[in-house]
Amino acid sequence: MSHTPFILGAYGISAVLLLWAAMAPVINKRKLLRQLKNRQTRMDKSQ
Amino acid sequence: MNPIYLFFHKTGSPPWFYKYSGKLIPWLWAVFLALTVYGLYLGLVVAPADYQQGESVRIMYLHVPSAWMSMMIYGLMAIMGFIALVWRIRIMEVLVISSAPVGAAFTAMALITGSLWGRPTWGTYWVWDARLTSELVLLFLYIGVILLYNAFDEPRKAARAASLMSIVGAINLPIIYFSVEWWNTLHQGSSMGSDGPGIHPSMLLPLLLMATATKFYYGANLLTRARLTLLKQDHRKRWVQDLVSEDRR
Repeated sequence: MSHTPFILGAYGISAVLLLWAAMAPVINKRKLLRQLKNRQTRMDKSQ
Repeated sequence: MNPIYLFFHKTGSPPWFYKYSGKLIPWLWAVFLALTVYGLYLGLVVAPADYQQGESVRIMYLHVPSAWMSMMIYGLMAIMGFIALVWRIRIMEVLVISSAPVGAAFTAMALITGSLWGRPTWGTYWVWDARLTSELVLLFLYIGVILLYNAFDEPRKAARAASLMSIVGAINLPIIYFSVEWWNTLHQGSSMGSDGPGIHPSMLLPLLLMATATKFYYGANLLTRARLTLLKQDHRKRWVQDLVSEDRR
């Protein structure tokens, strides 16, 4: 039995999991800051 | 003021934590990357194949560090949860809830890589053996903490409930650790037993490098998530509004 597919699968899935766990908060923070900036701009305009 | 109280008072302040953790994160990522690249080079290129397991032993450099992290993070969550509940330190609540997704990712990684290692070694992807089942329970505990936190509208109440669940769930940690001794399982015993490591230095070094790298990954990811949680919770507070104003300029 060739072990290569199991090794590649393990490393590939781990890379995806760790990348997802690392990128998710960065993307969410960008979204949140954009929302907060837009809110502040709206508030500035309304004043 | 007592210097210890002063330290906790200062580091527990959200604006202070946000500012200084932001400076630390790039360094943590840099060390993680350096250790990972070197660890993978030693593990995949330099270290020999195992005389019994063959090349499949290379999955160990992912499986063992992720399994260690899955337990360490939950243990830290229980400790931080205890501190959060007893001394009402808000930053600890934030750290508990920010740790859970990282711990869940490591637990899923340990289960998946273990399953992919099990097929060529044991001849099966999964058995309902004590170590595997207790590790799966740990994944459910992480998911439970995340779901419980999201079930509340009030973030501090949610974080306290999640902290309490972290403490109660910690009972699973000794079960995972000692499962290979308490029950007759398919899973091998500890790689780093009390008699010293049972593996050759050429395999031990990349394993320890990868294990250290995962600590830095956790540190960087935890701080990134904690900063996001603080922004979400404090989005109406002055320090966040000042931060957004500065960012707009």
